[in-house]
Amino acid sequence: MDLTKEHARKVYRAMVTARLLEAKFSSLYKAGQIVGGVYLGKGQEAVSASIGGRLEMGKDIFAPLIRDQAGRTAFGEDMLDATRTYLGSVKGPMRGRDGNIHRGRPKEGLIAMISHLGTSLSVLGGMLKARQIQGRMDGCVGATCIGDGATSTGSFHEGLNYVAVEKLPVVVVVADNQFAYSTPSSKQYACDDLIDRAKGYGLVGHSVDGTDTLACASVIGGAVDAARRGEGPQMVVAKLLRLGGHGEHDDGSYIPEEIRTSHYGRDCIEVGKAQLFERGWLSEDELAEWENEAKREVQAAVTKAQKEDAPDPYREDWSSLSRGSFRNW
Amino acid sequence: MSVTYIDAIKDAQYKALESDESVFIYGQDIGAFGGAFKATKGLQDKWPERVMDAPISEDAMIGMAIGAAIEGMRPIIEMQFADFSSVGFNQIVNNAATHYYRTGVPVPITVRMPSGGTPGSGPFHSQSIEAIYSHYPGCVVLTPATVSDAYHMLLEGVAMDDPVIYCEHKLLYRWLKSDDYEGDGLRLPIGKARVTRPGKHATVVTYSAMVHEAVRAAEMLQSEGWEIEVVDLRSVKPLDTDTVVASVARTGRLLAVGESFPWGGVTAEIVSRVMKEGFHLLDAPPMRLNAKDSPIPYHPKLWAAHRPTPESICHALKELLAY
Repeated sequence: MDLTKEHARKVYRAMVTARLLEAKFSSLYKAGQIVGGVYLGKGQEAVSASIGGRLEMGKDIFAPLIRDQAGRTAFGEDMLDATRTYLGSVKGPMRGRDGNIHRGRPKEGLIAMISHLGTSLSVLGGMLKARQIQGRMDGCVGATCIGDGATSTGSFHEGLNYVAVEKLPVVVVVADNQFAYSTPSSKQYACDDLIDRAKGYGLVGHSVDGTDTLACASVIGGAVDAARRGEGPQMVVAKLLRLGGHGEHDDGSYIPEEIRTSHYGRDCIEVGKAQLFERGWLSEDELAEWENEAKREVQAAVTKAQKEDAPDPYREDWSSLSRGSFRNW
Repeated sequence: MSVTYIDAIKDAQYKALESDESVFIYGQDIGAFGGAFKATKGLQDKWPERVMDAPISEDAMIGMAIGAAIEGMRPIIEMQFADFSSVGFNQIVNNAATHYYRTGVPVPITVRMPSGGTPGSGPFHSQSIEAIYSHYPGCVVLTPATVSDAYHMLLEGVAMDDPVIYCEHKLLYRWLKSDDYEGDGLRLPIGKARVTRPGKHATVVTYSAMVHEAVRAAEMLQSEGWEIEVVDLRSVKPLDTDTVVASVARTGRLLAVGESFPWGGVTAEIVSRVMKEGFHLLDAPPMRLNAKDSPIPYHPKLWAAHRPTPESICHALKELLAY
């Protein structure tokens, strides 16, 4: 697609905001204020924001995975949903019943992932299929993000095959970040490049350098546009490196130095900054303004969530059914 | 007109499709072919957009149903055999069954599970999986034993806003017939067990096809003067403890019978509940009878000895009565 200034700025602003929000989560985790885990998208912001930023909340469907804060921000998820879920506020969408990145608003097109990788793809397909049956597709697109590790699951295979067989307007974005937790991609797949799978499944394939912010905005945005135009399911494989451990409990020390210092070890935030400056699409002053605004927003969202009640086990209804429990159960 | 158990399932699906545009059926070979057991025969002709063939992808079939349910549909998923639902197990117990608790958005999906053994079906086309799905929070698990229940409970299940595991017994498909399956006279709500056969000397609590084996056993013992009460649970989750305990109060003796494997499961749950709620009512230690703790064998002779039979139920009852 022809990259516009407006889209590039939208993508980059979400990247900057997400990086600052996640830095705050990391600090809160290290200070013992977040229990469970914190999973960052550091290094994957360009890929993630490029997909989320090309979707329209309220119309499209997005199934983010664990490294998609930037995509969520770009899609339009309220920052409070993130802070409330991480901090366990009863006012968050998961109400303390689930945490961190397992959050969503399914009725608003944001699927709440489960930890079993690959499972969201068929759910996304089912949402689109339902709209097709109901005659309310209305040019909508469904998109999901996944890592190289998740491409090894049976669920991903079944889901990918399903959306391809049904020719649904889906975009599958694979962030090949070279490590699934500690396992290198050489132990994850044997094909030369994961994009080879697109053809095998009957999807249109696109490759992109996941550290090249404007290339991501263009290629991933283009894949969304193609799906929206009715050109069938699309798959994008973005090559990059996870700039950290699997979660904040993990220092990622198993990632060899030569990989860290390789081309894919560069930071897409820095690359994007240089690209936008070079094109005259962003000034230093504007960026500082974006950063300051994001910091204020992050602080306000954290402060608000921290003041809110935690769930009360004595008031919890413990019902796993919407109809309430049966008398005999 | 006499209607079989499988016809009742087909008719219930016809009615569900006819009366509610949000219902659709999705499964392998269920379209033009009409399903491995013909439970959807002719339905695609009438509703081509809502009776759809699936690839052999049980995980994706359930995932698809979850997504469609989020968008307001009421999918019925036909597993070709309950045994294959193990491939979709993760989507059922971890995604569908947790969805309402986690997000507040219910997923009204009904998974039809052709369950139980038939001669010659072997280890992978004979399983009874109700206990597994009952173990996890978030599903309703139905186990109809009559033509009328097969019909009404399927419709009731589809109308529920939560995931429903509907275990239909393959042995009953064509053998079990009824003249009045649509009538309201036989209807009971989900969560209510039925006393299929009254008695006073011992209670057999069971469900699905084993109800019929238990009734046969009760008839065999009648000539010896024993009056055996048979309770059909109808649904194993919810499990109607009140009706079970009331029956044990009348008879003082309990035998829980199930076709599934013996470790844990529904029969263990029944015994455990009766021990807690009705310990003082018991005149003998409660007993359980299940299939053997081995894979389900292929050969009809082995298969017949693997599952409880009227003879083995009689044997267990005599032991119980002799205590």
